[in-house]
Amino acid sequence: MTTATRPNTERQNRSLVGRDPWSIPLDEIDLAHPGIWQANEFLPFMARMRRDAPVHYCPNSAVGPYWSVMKYQDIMTVEAAPHIYSSEPTIGIVDVLPEYSLPMFIAMDPPKHDEQRKTVQGVVAPANLKNLEGLIRQRVGAILDSLPVGETFNWVDLVSRELTTQMLATLFDFPFEERHKLPYWSDVATAIPGAGVVDSYEESLQILQECLARFSELWRERAAKPPGNDLISMLAHGESTRNMPPREFLGNLILLIVGGNDTTRNSITGGVLALNENPDQYQKLRENPALIPSMVSEIIRWQTPLAYMRRTAKCHTELNGQKIRQGDKVLLWYASGNRDGDAIENPDSFIIDRPRARQHLSFGFGIHRCMGNRLAEMQLRILWEEILKRFHTVEVTGEPTRIYSSFVKGYTELPVRLHPL
Amino acid sequence: MAKITYIEHNGKEHYVDAAPGDTVMSAAIDNLVPGIDADCGGACSCGTCHVFVDEAWLDKVGPPGEFEEPMLDLNPDRAANSRLSCQIDVNQELDGLVVRLPEFQF
Repeated sequence: MTTATRPNTERQNRSLVGRDPWSIPLDEIDLAHPGIWQANEFLPFMARMRRDAPVHYCPNSAVGPYWSVMKYQDIMTVEAAPHIYSSEPTIGIVDVLPEYSLPMFIAMDPPKHDEQRKTVQGVVAPANLKNLEGLIRQRVGAILDSLPVGETFNWVDLVSRELTTQMLATLFDFPFEERHKLPYWSDVATAIPGAGVVDSYEESLQILQECLARFSELWRERAAKPPGNDLISMLAHGESTRNMPPREFLGNLILLIVGGNDTTRNSITGGVLALNENPDQYQKLRENPALIPSMVSEIIRWQTPLAYMRRTAKCHTELNGQKIRQGDKVLLWYASGNRDGDAIENPDSFIIDRPRARQHLSFGFGIHRCMGNRLAEMQLRILWEEILKRFHTVEVTGEPTRIYSSFVKGYTELPVRLHPL
Repeated sequence: MAKITYIEHNGKEHYVDAAPGDTVMSAAIDNLVPGIDADCGGACSCGTCHVFVDEAWLDKVGPPGEFEEPMLDLNPDRAANSRLSCQIDVNQELDGLVVRLPEFQF
């Protein structure tokens, strides 16, 4: 999805770019249209919806009608009710034919969700991460030491993308020299056919078969050795996973690759941007690096790397006065809840020492809460600790390029220049 | 008032006087006891206020509730005496309660 930059004409025509968010008729707001996200114009539309239609119905979009849940508390209500709001068949707004979708636990309800998640979450649990911290710090340091000082370069390519790719390779103990296949497979798995990465779902499934083949090879190697700390070894030796059917193995691999890729990548970029737009906060950070953990939470709130998650109503129900019918699509806009003044004080300010900084929606809540949240926080924490040891400023020298997606909130480019200490 | 003892993973003890209306989570947060994150603010939706209830207090504290069970179940450190502290309401009966904190919240 990160390279989905060529919208088709029909969707482009429905774009809200340039419309006045405060006078547009409410039922013409199609927040899921990627146009305003790429143009970075989504904030006032969300503010209007929180004020005038906190549970909003879009009757007509390129992908059919859907509800938007805009307020923090309403999002929490839905997250806590997986028996009413299902994660099946999918958590994106577009319904994909079953033959093109892979089984993964993010898009499953209990009890299957719980069983599958439990088999893999140990690898990203804090106890395991503690063992990885030294290696992660070493790799972060090597990346930062290799950057060109005094010239303008793209932070997304040389740092955000490289760092998250290396982290994935570390978690899987994937051959380091082949690591660039991982973000490629991630991009293929999330690409809308025709938007630049692949031309059809057939093509993407074919490429993902190569992914499965490579991982199956690694699986057999690891299964023949004593159990290790990496994800493949854990799956190969785990009681409940060692007989996983290939499609399910692939689905869970893709989930872990996608989950560990775009999201942290974009928070790494978003943090640099936020500190440049708020130089007083950057100064506060230089003066007090102990603020890094709380700043990391604030960066993740500010960026909200996934703008929404979709649920599907399993029965007729009511939410904040609106009648939702069985089968309706319901989008939980984390990007809006994170700016909801009824739940978060001064939500439109970036404050690195914010009280209760951890209380944001970016990881979601309830049984589907982001499994990799501690890994994401650790990567960002180590990155900023190592940046502060080396550079006075990571200066943003031009406008970022944002991706064409209302789901993955991110960047393809952020030009920067480094100023050493 | 009910006196609650929180024992960190490293053995350090914290004593808090909690009142009815508090939860074991909120009493810890309000008194800056480290080791409880409570990311969801007490909505039983994140699992980051995990505690182990001292065996002697299990009967009085009771078992996890219907919505708490699935959240706890997703925690690799889950034990038979695990509870989410936001779901334990403080009352006079719990005067003297002892809970232990896990090494990590997840």
